[in-house]
Amino acid sequence: MTLRQIPFTAWVGLILTGAFAFCAIFAPWVAPHGNGEIVGDVWEPMSAAHWLGTDNLGRDLISRMIYGARITMEIAVAATALSFSLGSILGFSAAVFGGWFDTLMSRFVDLLMSIPTLIFGLVVLSVLPTNALTLILVMGILDSTRVYRLSRAVAVDINVMDFVEAAKLRGEGKAWIIFREILPNALSPLVAELGVRFIFAVLFLSALSFLGLGVQPPDSDWGGMVKENKDGIVFGIPAALIPAAAIAVLAISVNLVADWVLNRTTSLKGGRG
Amino acid sequence: MADTKANSGKLLDIRNLRIEATVYPPGEAPKTITLVHDVSLTLEKGKVLGLIGESGAGKSTIGLSSMAYGRGGVRITGGKVILNGRDILKAGAKGVRALRGREVCYVAQSAAAAFNPAHKLIDQVVEAAMLHGTATRAEAEKRAVALFKKLSLPNPETIGERYPHQVSGGQLQRVMTAMALCSEPDLIVFDEPTTALDVTTQIDVLAAIKDAIRDTHVAALYITHDLAVVAQVSDEIMVLRHGRLVEWGGTRQIIKEPRQEYTNALVSVHEIEHQEQQPGTTPFLSVKNVTAAYAGGHVKVLKNVSVDIFPGQTLAVVGESGSGKSTLARAITGLLPPEEGTVTFDGRPLANRLADRPKEDLRQLQMIYQMADVAMNPRQTVGTIIGRPLEFYFGMKGRERDKRVAELLDEIEMGKGFVDRYPAELSGGQKQRVCIARSLAAKPKLIICDEVTSALDPLVANGILKLLLNLQQVEKVAYLFITHDLATVKSIADSIAVMYRGEVVRYGPKSKVLTPPFDAYTDLLLSSVPEMEIGWLEKAIKGRRMESAGN
Repeated sequence: MTLRQIPFTAWVGLILTGAFAFCAIFAPWVAPHGNGEIVGDVWEPMSAAHWLGTDNLGRDLISRMIYGARITMEIAVAATALSFSLGSILGFSAAVFGGWFDTLMSRFVDLLMSIPTLIFGLVVLSVLPTNALTLILVMGILDSTRVYRLSRAVAVDINVMDFVEAAKLRGEGKAWIIFREILPNALSPLVAELGVRFIFAVLFLSALSFLGLGVQPPDSDWGGMVKENKDGIVFGIPAALIPAAAIAVLAISVNLVADWVLNRTTSLKGGRG
Repeated sequence: MADTKANSGKLLDIRNLRIEATVYPPGEAPKTITLVHDVSLTLEKGKVLGLIGESGAGKSTIGLSSMAYGRGGVRITGGKVILNGRDILKAGAKGVRALRGREVCYVAQSAAAAFNPAHKLIDQVVEAAMLHGTATRAEAEKRAVALFKKLSLPNPETIGERYPHQVSGGQLQRVMTAMALCSEPDLIVFDEPTTALDVTTQIDVLAAIKDAIRDTHVAALYITHDLAVVAQVSDEIMVLRHGRLVEWGGTRQIIKEPRQEYTNALVSVHEIEHQEQQPGTTPFLSVKNVTAAYAGGHVKVLKNVSVDIFPGQTLAVVGESGSGKSTLARAITGLLPPEEGTVTFDGRPLANRLADRPKEDLRQLQMIYQMADVAMNPRQTVGTIIGRPLEFYFGMKGRERDKRVAELLDEIEMGKGFVDRYPAELSGGQKQRVCIARSLAAKPKLIICDEVTSALDPLVANGILKLLLNLQQVEKVAYLFITHDLATVKSIADSIAVMYRGEVVRYGPKSKVLTPPFDAYTDLLLSSVPEMEIGWLEKAIKGRRMESAGN
């Protein structure tokens, strides 16, 4: 693969996603000011000193954004990773083992999915202590139901193919069948789903924070920052729109990358043609 | 339409047809490849021209060009297609729409896939005639019923009220022919209409198509890869290869005195030298009184089946679809545990369920599938596919494994260059060879071959059969060969079991099974295999009628 073959849209996605990731990872070095440091007046306009102005408590908005990227991405990545490992392994297992395991898992997932995710999340989070770990677990497990449904459906189709039967006849164990026969063939739809699920995780986290049940002050993710600055909108102050825009840009750029990866993994010739 | 232009005899005149397509190999600039190289043909009214060749010969592409249609991004870039005196390639979208379904109709290979499952048959049969305004609904329905009768479909008055899934495959193919004839076209393109059918069904459909063509005076392009079939229905035959014309002549000339070497190869393709081996004294695998059923046991798919397999020999299991031959394989491999009866291997009973069998037993029984492309994981390279049994059964690793993989590739007459290829990069015959190598890697005593040549072109299939016979000599492996193709059976079997509705109706050494007197079913099966002889169809049908009258 040469760099020339990467399409333009994928470049846009890669560069933007890379920039967000860079900010998230190196936040303390990139940000001009500390996360909770009050540096000026409330809702100062954009200036050379404060590129994006200041927020409702007079903190430097761009520094808050960078730290917010870190918290947002950290939680969303962990939750997505959890939902995918949990959902796909259980989904594939259900398809391969079948029988009571499949029925039990599928009905349990149906049960979880029948409750609106946000309401379920709110109820659980109002009982449990709100910290990053709880958020990751709640989001990961709730999201894994969707991944479970997708991977089970895909795996059921693959499980009846002759090459899986050939592996069973050879005497291969369930682990080989799940990870070596089914997983590589189920990857394309899962990768496509990965991009979408990551973004849903970001949006879900933002929604929770906006409602005050997500990341707790003085830390803040982008959704929390929208909440903090939302009152400014009435006075024509754009501080709340900047984190909202960041959420949108991240959503688009991650999906551009996912589309490109999907195109590559769909090739049955190892990308060689 | 035909009546108004009765002046010239020529209905279809294709001149220097050139068809191209653009392929997009990754990493290279898009390339234009030529699928059909300047092919010309003419067809008179009421005549049938057979187009024959292997897959990729361009026969369907040429056939569809008579409707000014290019399938899947294919472009007609040169030549003329003159139908009823005008060049239809210049007709434009509107002209083409007026032409398709009225002057030219199409009968597809898989009727089951070509019918819309959500509509009744009659609605689909009369649709073209009504859209073109050539008949009112009532007239079209009357015509359809008459056609159903002519094509000897059961209950011609009411069969149209059924949905596609409620009739059998052979009936559906005949309904599709009725659909093509209903709008009274001048030309019908038959694209492998009987290839997907059983031999005993094929003969009925073939006779129905032939009668219908004769009675309606329609012209036809009959596309197939089976020379024996085309010899029955067509007046002329055109042999194609790689999009080029090989030979074009009268049916008798092509099959009796082919002038080109390639035609000759096609005509004489099934002849394989094989000396029948006498059954040994002790079979190493015997199936005793096996009865098996799917889901709940209401329908017995196998009834009291007993067969023996001797070391290094081939047992062929023949029968139509639904006769239980594949189920027998599933019972032997343990995929479908039998309800009654036993399978003994080397003098000891095999566990019924696959999960209860030790690895050693699994190694001794290998299987090759009909569809080689779904029998291999598309995400694994040839090296991984062949190497896995070596790792799994013998614990081979690294260089030792690679060396053995290379040896196996050599045995199946494929070079080292294939190790890193993916299945999608292989041809149909190569895929099947890799599957053979995979099963050989386990050093088994028995390989179950489930219709291994059915999906292949005759010449390629011939190569695979020869390879299997050679490997049998070298590796001393036995085959359980499941097929519906009696020509294959004749060329490779040592003993034969004929199955009908889950029972073995005839079983013994090949020479005995294929010598008269036959039981009724074996006779039907044998007499249904098309022979490369003009007039065979009429003779076979007559033979059958006499027999059914005698019963």
